[in-house]
Amino acid sequence: MIRVQALSVSYGAVKALQNVSLEASPGQITAVLGANGAGKTTLLRTISGLVSPDSGSITLGDTSLVRMATEEICRLGLAHVPEGRGVIEELTVEDNLRLGALASKVDIAEGLENQYTQFPVLGDRRKKYCATLSGGERQMLAMARALIAQPRVLLLDEPSLGLAPQVTSDLMKLILQLCETRNLTVILVEQNAKGALRIAHNAVVLHLGSVVASGDAETVAADEDLRRYYLGLVE
Amino acid sequence: MSSFLSSSFMHNIFGGLAQGVIYSLVALSLVIIWQSTHVLNFAQGAMAMFATYVGMTELERGVSYWWCVLIAVVVGMALGGVTERVLIRPLYGKPEINPIVVMVGFLAVIEAVATSIWTSTTRTIAAPFSQVYFKSHGQLILLSPFVIFQIVLAIAIMLLVAALFRFTKLGLQLRAAALAPEVARLLGVRVNRMLTIGWMLSAGVGAIAAVILASGSFGLFPTDMDGVFVAGFIAAAVGGLESPIGAIAGGLLIGLAEQFILAYWTPDVAPLGGVIILVIALMIRPQGIFTKSVGRRV
Repeated sequence: MIRVQALSVSYGAVKALQNVSLEASPGQITAVLGANGAGKTTLLRTISGLVSPDSGSITLGDTSLVRMATEEICRLGLAHVPEGRGVIEELTVEDNLRLGALASKVDIAEGLENQYTQFPVLGDRRKKYCATLSGGERQMLAMARALIAQPRVLLLDEPSLGLAPQVTSDLMKLILQLCETRNLTVILVEQNAKGALRIAHNAVVLHLGSVVASGDAETVAADEDLRRYYLGLVE
Repeated sequence: MSSFLSSSFMHNIFGGLAQGVIYSLVALSLVIIWQSTHVLNFAQGAMAMFATYVGMTELERGVSYWWCVLIAVVVGMALGGVTERVLIRPLYGKPEINPIVVMVGFLAVIEAVATSIWTSTTRTIAAPFSQVYFKSHGQLILLSPFVIFQIVLAIAIMLLVAALFRFTKLGLQLRAAALAPEVARLLGVRVNRMLTIGWMLSAGVGAIAAVILASGSFGLFPTDMDGVFVAGFIAAAVGGLESPIGAIAGGLLIGLAEQFILAYWTPDVAPLGGVIILVIALMIRPQGIFTKSVGRRV
């Protein structure tokens, strides 16, 4: 389980997160929702150690992640697919995947085969440079690269950004399937609240760096005020 | 055949290759630093000179040639690692000009320190192979065992470096750390360690170039590597900063150009050879002759 308690982060004078708390459990998807500038990406970057918090705690199991280097947090079994996917364009598909496996104890050849089975399009393009991939293929690669290390926790930052509706729908189903079959703890940051709430078990709504609502996804999805004022789901 | 090998044309080819491999190794060392940290090290030549002087000092105390080479490489690597940790690391994320300015300053410091310790007198290392030219049917072929050693060594190092970056886990991590440090961190790559290793590898290869220079007929003096660095830098730009093979090819090309200008024009303008090749290369293929262009979907 990953537990964030009373987390506050600022960029200079700007407070990006204020007193944010959430819990995410294995086998469950926790959606973090909110408009642009709500602090969703900052929350994930702080959990991964890319941003240092002013105060608060983040724990994975019994281990505190605060002040731990990003690469060491990854080695604890936390995979973060950043906003924009973070695919390294100058490397081939296979080198990107191999890179994902290096810090883990996974057998690389076996890991590659598993990912090519899960994502056949990547197998077909394994020798291609990533600059030539489409948005959907890049998202598949980013997911495969995160999964190859067999993480315990998966942080996904706007995975549906720039994808066609059908691709987004397939992606959401895949995230749910991976979460359930691998008992993954998933924290899903999305602006696409409708798609995220459809697969999430729990949801946290952020507004200007603060939590304005949290609870099980169905309750959040049914709250008319949240839908109207924070999630943009009511015309 | 022997008359062809002993012709003035082949003399210039062999002479150009011998000088070119030194440029190639310096270019290769710049490519390594570029590939692993995206920084251009303007003190590369001076660091290599310093490491070689330490090796030469031990040589004078009685160690063998190969120990001298090993000492120079180890000192070069240590100097590279310490330089990255102390001088360069605080500059990551700052404007790109900052490391350039710092390393130009460091170059002056290293050369001043070397001159104060060892004076500005030229020193030579007794070469491990004969520098006497081969003969065939009584005709002199302007190629010596030492020149062959130089060329084979440069090619072997180039292949090792290319294999390291292309086929090893370390090479993949070095490339990722330079291309996308934040993403590399998210994937568990210990980026700071990679940056230090990149500088160490680069400085080690640079030290070999300076050892070869010191082993040749003209020896080495504290500011000797300045001109070599300029030629090596041009070679890296011509071959492509991403390509170890390009660095070697660029160095050889510049060595040959200088040699032919020296032979058929005038020695005074021999250094122009590199500039001429740079201008032509920038006009035809500005990303470098051996850099793979990555297609982008738009």
